[in-house]
Amino acid sequence: MSENLLEVTGLQKHFPITKGLFKRQVGAVRAVDGIDLTVQAGETLGLVGESGCGKSTAGRLFTRILEPTGGKIVFEGQDISHRNMAQLRPLRRDVQMIFQDPYSSLNPRHTIGTIISAPLQIQNIPTPQGLKKAVQELLELVGLNPEHYNRYPHEFSGGQRQRIGIARALALRPKLIIADEPVSALDVSIQAQVVNLLEDLQSEFDLTYVFIAHDLSVVRHISDRVAVMYLGKVMEIANRDDLYKNPRHPYTVALMSAVPVPDPVRRDRAQRNRVLLTGDVPSPINPPSGCRFRTRCWKAQDICATEEPPLVTRLDDPASHLTACHFPVVDDEAVTGRTPAAAPA
Amino acid sequence: MSRPFLEVKDLNVRFETDDGIVQAVTDSSFSLEAGKTLGIVGESGSGKSVTSLALLGLHRTRSNAKVTGEIWLDEQELVSASDADVRGLRGGKMSMIFQDPLSAMHPYFTVGSQIVEAYRVHHPGVNKKVARERAIDMLARVGIPQPARRFNDYAHQFSGGMRQRAMIAMALVNDPKLLIADEPTTALDVTVQAQILDLIRDLQAEFGSAVIMITHDLGVVAELADEVLVMYGGKVIEKGPTIDLFQRPQHPYTWGLLGSMPRLDREVRDRLIPVKGSPPSLINLPSGCAFHPRCPYAGRNGDRSFTEVPVLTGGVHSVACHMPPEERNRLFQEDIAPNL
Amino acid sequence: MVAYLIRRLINAVLTLLVVTLVTFGIFFMVPKLTGSDPALLYIGKTADKVAVEGIREKMGLSDPILVQYGKFLKGIVAGRDYANGPDVQHCDAPCLGYSFKTEQEVTPLLMDDLPVTLSLALGAAILWLIGGVTAGVISALRKGSIPDRAVMFIALAGVSLPIYFTGLLSKQIFVNWLGWLPEGNYVPFLESPSEWFIQMLLPWITLAFLFAATYARLTRANMLETLGEDYIRTARAKGLTERIVIGKHALRSGLTPIVTIFGLDLGALLGGAVLTEAVFNLRGLGYQALQAIRGNDLPVILGVTMIAAFFIVIANLVVDLVYSAIDPRVRLG
Ligand SMILES: Nc1ncnc2c1ncn2[C@@H]1O[C@H](COP(=O)(O)OP(=O)(O)OP(=O)(O)O)[C@@H](O)[C@H]1O
Ligand SMILES: Nc1ncnc2c1ncn2[C@@H]1O[C@H](COP(=O)(O)OP(=O)(O)OP(=O)(O)O)[C@@H](O)[C@H]1O
Ligand code: SF4
Ligand code: SF4
Ligand SMILES: [Mg+2]
Ligand SMILES: [Mg+2]
Repeated sequence: MSENLLEVTGLQKHFPITKGLFKRQVGAVRAVDGIDLTVQAGETLGLVGESGCGKSTAGRLFTRILEPTGGKIVFEGQDISHRNMAQLRPLRRDVQMIFQDPYSSLNPRHTIGTIISAPLQIQNIPTPQGLKKAVQELLELVGLNPEHYNRYPHEFSGGQRQRIGIARALALRPKLIIADEPVSALDVSIQAQVVNLLEDLQSEFDLTYVFIAHDLSVVRHISDRVAVMYLGKVMEIANRDDLYKNPRHPYTVALMSAVPVPDPVRRDRAQRNRVLLTGDVPSPINPPSGCRFRTRCWKAQDICATEEPPLVTRLDDPASHLTACHFPVVDDEAVTGRTPAAAPA
Repeated sequence: MSRPFLEVKDLNVRFETDDGIVQAVTDSSFSLEAGKTLGIVGESGSGKSVTSLALLGLHRTRSNAKVTGEIWLDEQELVSASDADVRGLRGGKMSMIFQDPLSAMHPYFTVGSQIVEAYRVHHPGVNKKVARERAIDMLARVGIPQPARRFNDYAHQFSGGMRQRAMIAMALVNDPKLLIADEPTTALDVTVQAQILDLIRDLQAEFGSAVIMITHDLGVVAELADEVLVMYGGKVIEKGPTIDLFQRPQHPYTWGLLGSMPRLDREVRDRLIPVKGSPPSLINLPSGCAFHPRCPYAGRNGDRSFTEVPVLTGGVHSVACHMPPEERNRLFQEDIAPNL
Repeated sequence: MVAYLIRRLINAVLTLLVVTLVTFGIFFMVPKLTGSDPALLYIGKTADKVAVEGIREKMGLSDPILVQYGKFLKGIVAGRDYANGPDVQHCDAPCLGYSFKTEQEVTPLLMDDLPVTLSLALGAAILWLIGGVTAGVISALRKGSIPDRAVMFIALAGVSLPIYFTGLLSKQIFVNWLGWLPEGNYVPFLESPSEWFIQMLLPWITLAFLFAATYARLTRANMLETLGEDYIRTARAKGLTERIVIGKHALRSGLTPIVTIFGLDLGALLGGAVLTEAVFNLRGLGYQALQAIRGNDLPVILGVTMIAAFFIVIANLVVDLVYSAIDPRVRLG
């Protein structure tokens, strides 16, 4: 097994909710509420889950754009959980982020040359071949025309802008790239181009990715391991094939069965085998006791309300396959039908 | 001879803009029978929304838009109909659900009152109380818990899925015969998408309406549609029965769409096969076949692909491509299908 | 909603308190720091020492700053007594002190001027609101048409021409050349409503023109933005008539931002429209303020500032309440 590039334990981020004149704290959005995971050098870890489950917050914690409320983040053996800005400078070289929105993440008033060279200048990276040449090499690397050095972001299409974002992230030759929904805003054909590019760059530069997305098919395509999040917690984490072939957590099962299958011949079967979750995701301000998924889970029993299931190996799964559920789904278990309309709170 | 329930012939929509004329939809023709579902797919900017807005006559309020062609709904021609006639059909015989339900609802009026309003325009004699009951009924029908209480809520107090349900309630309140859903689930999570698609399917079975499902997700089309229309650069480039189209796609662009898509129902492929390049400009559409700058087979047909606009040919399953059908079939069987 | 109201009220009171603190600080501290003596300002530099001491005593100028501020606050809330030699001079609440120049109480002095400013501001406000918003809406609905271009051209002129120019010009035209309106003076409403109206007409129009121009541009921009919103498309898709789409759905949100600006503009004007009052020789708060500044009459300046601040804070409060009534997202969070 390869070394761990990033290790997080018990990671928490609570955003305070304040009220009134004196900004009294009346509660907190528990966006990330105790996650444990590791990212190994050279791998791609996929992070999936529904909107609001804390994926982006987790990503921003890993890059230390946010400071955790609790828990520990260890990067290359060093605890970076509470480093200040100055101490984080070296980290900024090694860890980079790519964002979802290729429109708003690029300053419209700067040329792409300026945008891509900014990290090099901020970090005082020497560029023997000259700054302009360095940027042009990066542009070429991500499949853009180096001649377009002096153009502005609005002159590029969505897919091209995402390439610019990737070039900017690559400028510092980082070890870890956190990609937060990098292809979600793109059309499938363009999405495939960007996914391929990310894969090529990974093998060329030995990059490690944390790939955040809500599209389970894309995540399966690109990831070596996948973590499924729900309400600020990891519900299940496993090697890609283990997770997609033998999902253990009822939430993972529901999530996968909800993906529409692009095969009209199998549509009836797909619909019959679909677990339709009823109701909405509960509020992260006040998550359900015990297992967070229990209000929408068709397997929930009394113990689920009182005892939080730990994230451990279940059944005869390999040691790398961890599930946080008291009653994991066994292979070939019939999971058809609808979940009950909201279990007692 | 009787017409299909909905028949669109040679629909053209263009916009005059400062940058030039945007030819958003070109010579688009299709039809749909009552109770059936038509899926329209295509990438961003291919003219899907513009087509659907044209059906509802919603380009009429834009001074820079020009719509030509024929739209026959239930034996009535709409392009040449008066504004008042088309307005009478909007929200009544034909209605629409939009992509982003939060921005599609007025922030200052309660969800209930917006549904009541939709009902009362088409039932002018009905008093408020009856309309209110009807609205609450509809909210209940689309699966909103405690509909009488939620009636008085505003859109921002609903979750994303609930908002889309409320939008559907509003669109269905007058029993439309044609429901156009423009990417109704694009902004939603998969689990919620599954709920909404399920709901649309159930309601369609119950009301027997014709549905046009606009999406860029081939999975959604495969699950819902009886027939599929693939659009590229404002043109219909392939159309046919869903199963046929998925099993024997004919157009190189459709192949590209399928090749780009990672699929949960297949083994993981080493690499995706994207369509190269980027979508065409509608102000300056490429000559000949609009897809030629991105098509790997453009050179195979002499220079026809570069000079001559291919027309939609074939029977129920038709395609706009200069490649001879035999060659297309062979290419698909030998090169494309094994890699999907 | 009640909690929100109370919270906003407390907020308003606190804001006013801060305003008193700041204005008091500036007006009474600054002379101290710069070495000039308010007492001297009061009776003039030639006065003899004893007289100055008397003044200082009477005004409480030798008390510690905090005590002075306390007395000042108390004066506003409950009135205050000034020791004038053996006599005690009582100044009713809200007491803003005595004018250095006329030795009159500031409050009644300003109260006399208030109706003039009120008449000017309210009358003009009605005019510009109706004129500006109507022009803006028409412009937006007929974007690119000749009426739109005309409105926008006039509006541009309105925003760029200073008030003394438009004021003096209109006075020249309507009073001196055409003789349609009398050259004149303010006539209180209660004395003769028609005279009052005729006298105020030109100031109103001049002041309203300036604001109407801004409002027309603002309304047009807001309406255009609203007309492009998804929910307007939805309203049309429901089959609503254009009249309801515009009159109910678009206006409701298109005009909301106007409420804010209107409240604040009106609030600010109620503290005195200096230029307009000067041009038309109206003795309102603005005029009074100008006089006071010229004469270094600190208590009057302080008084006008307090009144202006009061109106702005009240306007703010009203705007917030109206806003929360209009927009449920504010009300319900
Ligand atoms: N700065 C913040 N202040 C307060 N709450 C926040 C903040 N950032 C995120 N949240 C809340 O934390 C929760 C998790 O948000 P996050 O953006 O991490 O979700 P996500 O999984 O990335 O969702 P999406 O798929 O919509 O991007 C949400 O409830 C969100 O509202
Ligand atoms: N009012 C308008 N004025 C000018 N151009 C317009 C107008 N409305 C749409 N267009 C253009 O028409 C083209 C087709 O747009 P349309 O909204 O139909 O795309 P779409 O297929 O629905 O894409 P998406 O998947 O992004 O919704 C686009 O290039 C768009 O810019
Ligand atoms: S622990 Fe209980 S409620 Fe939670 S997922 Fe497992 S069965 Fe469902
Ligand atoms: S007509 Fe030519 S360019 Fe167009 S899709 Fe067919 S082969 Fe490709
Ligand atoms: Mg996110
Ligand atoms: Mg669209």
